[in-house]
Amino acid sequence: MASTIRVRAISSGETTEVQALIQHPMDSGFVKDAKGDLIPPHFIQQLTFEYDGKAVLVADWGPAVSKDPYVKFSFKGGKKGDDLKISWVDNKGASDTTMAKIQ
Amino acid sequence: MTITQPGFPATRRLILKGSVAVALVGLGNIPFGLAPAFAAANDKYPEDAFKQKSEVDAIKALYGKTAESSDKVRLDAPEIAENGAVVPITVSSTLADVTSISILVSENPNALAASYKIPTGTLPSVANRLKMAKTTNVIAVVEAGGKLYSTSKEVKVTVGGCGG
Repeated sequence: MASTIRVRAISSGETTEVQALIQHPMDSGFVKDAKGDLIPPHFIQQLTFEYDGKAVLVADWGPAVSKDPYVKFSFKGGKKGDDLKISWVDNKGASDTTMAKIQ
Repeated sequence: MTITQPGFPATRRLILKGSVAVALVGLGNIPFGLAPAFAAANDKYPEDAFKQKSEVDAIKALYGKTAESSDKVRLDAPEIAENGAVVPITVSSTLADVTSISILVSENPNALAASYKIPTGTLPSVANRLKMAKTTNVIAVVEAGGKLYSTSKEVKVTVGGCGG
C-alpha cells in the first residue's frame, strides 16, 4: 500500500524546510453521515519527525486539525541525501511510518 | 573509661546507618523523579488538555500555568475564512528558547486544536490547517524559557467546518 504520508524536505544549507501532507479522514466525532448517525472520532493524535535519531518536531493533534492534514516547519541542519523519518499514530491505534530523503 | 566505651561504638554505628539511609533515599529519588518528568515533556499525548472545553482550561491542563499577551508571538490567519473546514494558520515567534507552540480555537467544541513540541534546533514557526465551527477567536500560545506568551485573532467563518 502506498504510504499515507507525502513529505518534501528541502535543505537550504543552514536549515531544512519540511512540508508534509498526510491522508487521513480526521473525523471529529461531531459530524453526522447521510443517515444522520454520528461518525465516530478518528484522528491522528501524534505525528513525529525525526532526523539523525532525534525528534525535530512532535505534533499533538486534536480532531480540529483539517482532513488530510498539512504541516510545515524548519529545523537547523539536515544534509542533502540524509533521511528524515516521519510517523503518526491515531486514536484507534493505527499508525504509519515513512522515510524521506532531504533534497 | 569502661562507661564511655560501649557508648562510643553505638553512636558510630548510628551515624553509619544514617548515611546508608541517606544514600539509599538519594539513589532512589533520582531515577523516579526524572523519568516521569521527561516522559511528560517529550512523548505523552496530552489527552486531558484536548478534552477541555474552554481555552483557559486547555492551556492550564497543557502547561499548568497561564499565558501573558505578547507581540513577540505572531499569528497568521485569514480575516475571513470561506471554508471553516480548512483554515490555514501559521504561528511563529521572535522569542528565544521556544519549546512549544499551541493553537486554540475558542468556539470549537474542544478549544485545543494542535500542540507542537519544538526541540532545540527547530525554528519557532509552524504552519498547519485547522477546522473552525464558526466565527471565532484563534489563540496562539508559545512557551519560551519556561514562560507562556500568547496572541489572538478573530477569524470570520462563513461556512462552518463541522458538517456545515
